[in-house]
Amino acid sequence: PTYPKDLQEEGWPPLMYVTFLKESKRAVNSIRSLVEEEDEEDDVEKVSWSGEPVGSISWSVKETESSIRSTGEVRDQSFPKIHTAPSLPKNSSGYSLSSLFKGKAKTGSFQSFSESFGDPSIRNYAPELRKPKSEYKDYVSDWTPEETVKRMQQGKVYSLEKFRSLQDKLLLLDEAVNAHDGNVITAVLIYLKKSLSKEILFRELITREIALRHYIHYLKEIGEQKLLVELFKSMDRTEDMALMQYRDHLNVRDENKKRDFLKNCLSFPFSPDDATHVQDHYTLLERQIIIESSGQADIFKKYPRKASILNMPIITTLYYSCFYHYGESDGTFSSPANIRKTFRISDKQFLLTCLGARAKLKAWFDVDALFTTKNWLGYTKKRSPIGFHRIVDILQKNNAPVQVLQDYVNLVEDVEQKISLAQKYKCHDVIINTYRDLKDRQQLIVYRGKVERGSSEYRKIEEILSNSVRLWGEVSPRLPLLQS
Amino acid sequence: MAHSVRRDAPELPDFSLLKRLARDQLIYLLEQQHDVDKLYKVEHKPILYRTVRGCFLYPLTNWFLFPDVVNADKAFGRFRRYKIIFSPQKFYACENLLEEQGIFGDVTTDEWSFYLLPLDDDIISLELPEFFRDYFLEGDQRWVRTAGSALHLLHSVYGPFSKVYGIGRCSKMAYESWREQVEEGEQRARQAEIGNVFLIDRDVDLVTPLCSQVVYEGLVDDIFRIKCGCVEFCPDVTSSDKSIKVMLNSQDKVFNEIRNEHFSQVFGFLSQKARNLQTAYDKRSGMDIKQMKTFVSEELKGLKQEHRLLSLHIGASESMMKKKTKQDFQELLKTEHSLLEGFEIRECISYIEEHINRQVSMVESMRLLCLLSLTENGLLPKDYRSLKAQFLQSYGIEHLLTFSNLKQLGLLVEQQPGETLTVMESRVGKLVNDKTAGKLTDAFSSLAKKSNFRALGRRLNLVPKSDEEYDLRVPRDMAYIFSGAYIPLSCKLIEQVLERDGWTGLEEVTRMLNGHEFAVTDARVKTDSQRIILVMFLGGCTFSEISALRFLGREKGLKFIVVTTAITNSARLLESMLDNHA
Repeated sequence: PTYPKDLQEEGWPPLMYVTFLKESKRAVNSIRSLVEEEDEEDDVEKVSWSGEPVGSISWSVKETESSIRSTGEVRDQSFPKIHTAPSLPKNSSGYSLSSLFKGKAKTGSFQSFSESFGDPSIRNYAPELRKPKSEYKDYVSDWTPEETVKRMQQGKVYSLEKFRSLQDKLLLLDEAVNAHDGNVITAVLIYLKKSLSKEILFRELITREIALRHYIHYLKEIGEQKLLVELFKSMDRTEDMALMQYRDHLNVRDENKKRDFLKNCLSFPFSPDDATHVQDHYTLLERQIIIESSGQADIFKKYPRKASILNMPIITTLYYSCFYHYGESDGTFSSPANIRKTFRISDKQFLLTCLGARAKLKAWFDVDALFTTKNWLGYTKKRSPIGFHRIVDILQKNNAPVQVLQDYVNLVEDVEQKISLAQKYKCHDVIINTYRDLKDRQQLIVYRGKVERGSSEYRKIEEILSNSVRLWGEVSPRLPLLQS
Repeated sequence: MAHSVRRDAPELPDFSLLKRLARDQLIYLLEQQHDVDKLYKVEHKPILYRTVRGCFLYPLTNWFLFPDVVNADKAFGRFRRYKIIFSPQKFYACENLLEEQGIFGDVTTDEWSFYLLPLDDDIISLELPEFFRDYFLEGDQRWVRTAGSALHLLHSVYGPFSKVYGIGRCSKMAYESWREQVEEGEQRARQAEIGNVFLIDRDVDLVTPLCSQVVYEGLVDDIFRIKCGCVEFCPDVTSSDKSIKVMLNSQDKVFNEIRNEHFSQVFGFLSQKARNLQTAYDKRSGMDIKQMKTFVSEELKGLKQEHRLLSLHIGASESMMKKKTKQDFQELLKTEHSLLEGFEIRECISYIEEHINRQVSMVESMRLLCLLSLTENGLLPKDYRSLKAQFLQSYGIEHLLTFSNLKQLGLLVEQQPGETLTVMESRVGKLVNDKTAGKLTDAFSSLAKKSNFRALGRRLNLVPKSDEEYDLRVPRDMAYIFSGAYIPLSCKLIEQVLERDGWTGLEEVTRMLNGHEFAVTDARVKTDSQRIILVMFLGGCTFSEISALRFLGREKGLKFIVVTTAITNSARLLESMLDNHA
């Protein structure tokens, strides 16, 4: 038989073909000769736990061969095996191959165990399997990584203790990964965690992405925070490490402790953006603790709080401040202006939040002031970073009276939008004035039909229409004559 | 209702067998093996139970909390024996934990291999909502073999399958696991009831489950949340003072007729139904005693039943209408459609921004952000930074963790400047040998996960031109499930592959979907059941997708059976990304 070059050079016992080329009969044919070679080279290992010599290799090879033939026959016609990326190559750690061979060689005694296992009197041992070796060394055997993984998948008795060399352990891990069974991968990792120093395990996991992710998930689930941090650190995944540690603040209940915890987080290696956010988180809680213990009693009495402000988002805090601490001087920690500045809240966001809070309190004067700007000549003008139609919406949702609403409807620039909003919220004056300004008699007449006869709106329309000549100059000849 | 059903559509196999199988297994486990006569549901509070022989039904998601339960008992001086029956499979990690906590002897374990819960004639669920997070976010393959086993069970009861198509890494692994189990077990020759199988990973199409559902059943799920085929209608719906639980499946005759309909069509249908019912009732007037007697004994019960169902669904429709109007649903849908179409993206961004600023539903904001990212292949760095900052301000800074998760999964990412990545990859490829390159590509995969939605949309005609009229009364394609705005990618793929009998001609598409497609045939199996197709969604599927497949089935004379790890929707999917369960 011919072997790949690299394997020959490294001088690995070629019996590994038993597993590697299990799929093809070519491998089977080559086995017998390989076995004989192997027999001479390696007889030190062939002693089982009990010290008994294990079954002959040629026997085990025959076993393998027949199993290949039987499954192979099915496979010829039935569903084919497909390449399942990203399964890592089995030999991803170069030195892990020999163990496979060793495992294969000992299949013999496993057979006898599984037979005896079928015996009902012995079945009782199954749940108690992981007891000291002494209790089962008489009958436990050495299964290859492949067999072990298969047994684990099938929920049968298995033993991992015999995978002692690093190569064996890694081979077992790679085999578990190749079987795509996360449950088994994790089980193997737990064993490796117990039996390898973390430095070695971490080192090996770097090149094993799938196993690594299982390991991380396992540590997360059982809450081994410290080890996880070390793992990320050793892999230079500093941002993950920082987030992982930051995550722990969720478990701190007491607000003062949580604040201190967050303060401690500031030194973690977050990405620049995240560092700013975590800084904000700390500052926010610090503020909230101060705000929580301040405020004037009367407003709280009038509008009792539904919940404490602790651990609320920034915008909720701003809302709270606009609600309970409006008008405090900028220097006060609880004042809206201070919060706005500290957390770099955009004009738009500030306005939306403040508007909501003041409208809720029906403080229409404050609402008005939010939009009023003075130019250098002292004229006042209303400005807004968001369209006035949205402002109208928000005010309306806060049950603003028509007198307030119409001021803002009037500020909507788009005439069509203005009229439709005015109609929606019944701001008659706005509609009438708009039509007047547009010199649209027709629409005015139509609208007159919609308002209550004799109401102030009705009279206003009448007045405009009768003054139309004076107001609008010439009466257009196309307009119909008024009918009273 | 408006659909013509092809007469040659095959009959579905009977899945009630699965339920019986599972139940018998459990009863056997409990009665024969453990002498148990009572079941307890475990919640996160001290359990009050009197019998010594209690049995826990425990969500596997929280397996690591179990020792707390036992230790709490011990602290109270209650020494008991515990039995954990894992379903569907044992967790080695959990057993190990029991061992480490020193309670292994007090607690013994067993398995109840309950894989499949038939939710309806054509829906089977593995009831593993945790699948999505575990596999796609954490990269944990603990459910892969479960999926393989579920397939194996279906294969041995309703198979043998003759063709298996699939796309996605997990699908490939599940296929492999199933194939191995087939080889391990014995095969019996039997008449196949299911011919073809299609496996699909949820992350092949993440856009579809993030869209607002507007088909009746999907909408009910979005608003009231259907659990295990059962929904709890609030007093708002029942117009009484208490809520009621209702099974929603094909047994409900009214529901069965509206479940796949676009919501705009439902009212018309219900009112027609109500009128018919009125007429049927009205027949009573002018009846003599004998006629009345037959009416009461033969028709009245059915009419009463129908009346009850009708009023229920009318109530639900009204309640949903009210909720959606309040939420400015129209505008929301407009934004979604613009995103799908790639039209007026700046307007969409400012809409999302305002949504965030006004602290409207957090999950909704997140959903829109993810849709933006998926359809645009990531956000511009400037937009990403600003939207993230505003999101954190509005909903809490701890969502830093959520953003990190969304990024990991590729749901919400920043655009990589230029072709940096591909350049980097090819350079790496040149420098190192194949083995390492493969590993590195893996490591990059989360970064490189581009959704390519626009290109896919063009290639597969997923987004019809918006200026075309779409008559929702007479749907012409699967796009009707999203008001004619979008054909779900997942279902379109299934349609294409079945039409082509494989992936030939779809090379460009699979390349954009990161490959991992396969199509295999078992030449030995000759079956007449080619037109019954089992579609397995790994990571969950939505009711809208099921509706789309039912539509496709009616059009092509096929029957689809949907097997899913769980029924999902945008809220469930995104909530599974949250890290706030401390």
